[in-house]
Amino acid sequence: MGASILPLRADGLALIRDGQRLLDNMSFVIPQGGITTIVGPNGAGKSLTLRLCHGLILPDEGNVSWAHDARLRHAMVFQQPVMLRRSVRENIVHALNAVAHRSPQERANEALARFNLNALADRPARLLSGGERQKLAIARAWALEPEVLFLDEPTSQLDPAATREIEALILALSQEGLTILMTTHDLGQARRLADRILFFNRGRLIEDRDSASFFDAPETPQARAFLAGELI
Amino acid sequence: MDVTSAFAEAFSLITRLDTGFLAIVGLSLRVTFTAVALAALVGLPLGAWLAMTRFPGRSVLVVAINALMGLPPVVAGLIVFLMLSRSGPLGGWGLLFTPAAMVMAQTLLVLPIVVSLTRATLEELWTEYRDHLTSLGLTGHRAIPTLLWDGRFALATGLLAGFGRASAEVGAVLMVGGNIAHYTRTMTTAIALETSKGDLPLALGLGIVLMTLTLAINAAAYAASRIGARYAG
Repeated sequence: MGASILPLRADGLALIRDGQRLLDNMSFVIPQGGITTIVGPNGAGKSLTLRLCHGLILPDEGNVSWAHDARLRHAMVFQQPVMLRRSVRENIVHALNAVAHRSPQERANEALARFNLNALADRPARLLSGGERQKLAIARAWALEPEVLFLDEPTSQLDPAATREIEALILALSQEGLTILMTTHDLGQARRLADRILFFNRGRLIEDRDSASFFDAPETPQARAFLAGELI
Repeated sequence: MDVTSAFAEAFSLITRLDTGFLAIVGLSLRVTFTAVALAALVGLPLGAWLAMTRFPGRSVLVVAINALMGLPPVVAGLIVFLMLSRSGPLGGWGLLFTPAAMVMAQTLLVLPIVVSLTRATLEELWTEYRDHLTSLGLTGHRAIPTLLWDGRFALATGLLAGFGRASAEVGAVLMVGGNIAHYTRTMTTAIALETSKGDLPLALGLGIVLMTLTLAINAAAYAASRIGARYAG
């Protein structure tokens, strides 16, 4: 595995589309460990920031840097997970083959067992329920042995029972040492999961605090308004 | 000969497995299978490449290939004829009025269908899969195997449509094959000839086989899409 790719540094990120600064002067550092949660209203740039960090898009200003070569050592689960038209097992094997994993079949078996997906292993992935799909998407990302996991709104499409299960999984993965950067629009979820909050509004980072102090004593009027449920 | 006894004789040709009759059916199937296989061999990669590449003039090419799906068979026949005729660029190969010439003509007819359908299928899949595949480092040509496999049911339907078009076609194979008995006489050219000659039983028998084939192709296409829907959601 080699040395840790963390900390991740986002330095002065800006993303400009059609003259609009969708993200502006965005800087933060993600050290090893913990769950960092990006919260903020729609259009705040939460998903874009994850995409920039994961390298799916490039910033127009600023840069994302890792401590070491981070290629294939961070993985991302999307808001609407892509399910290939294959079985659950083949979805995992495909991802492992894509990154030239040394033993795709064995590792896929480990992932199926770790996430209780054995009973569904041969089912077509696209016929799974929302919660099962999300679990498969996380299992598929986990199988790649990442050091950092990006989760974009991991439970936005799920019912309460499935949400509870996915949240428990996220906590367990964090306790196993995976560093997690996630977005959510669900403040209750942020409270339950986050160690640290990045509060975004209109493409800017407004507050960067540990979770308890953010929720107990937000510093900025925007954060207070957001927590009070006002439209900002 | 009246129509009733023509039908009776036609069924007798089919049921007693008349060798001359079977030879015509066999040649037709061989030519069309080969043409579809060649079209798949060239068309699947070409369509995939077209789906994943952006270059100036690409839209013109896409429209042109879509238009070629409606290429009149006689024009395809004319093109192959000109290529293979003694003074044509491939005249030296001496392939005019051989089964190989018929394969070429049918390949030309099927190829645009395969290319066009592959491009459309893979573009749609890529839109859906882009984030995930990019995340895994599968971009550009590296995404193609995944997209081809996941588009397998739609692509199978496209190949069957190509098979249907090629096997039902008469103009092109007549022009470049010449409808030579025991050599380049296919089901469609035989039907055309025998009807005009008045040998209705043979024409009817071949017509029945051709219809059955078309039915089988459509059943297979329907099954492919049903299995695809069940498996791929």
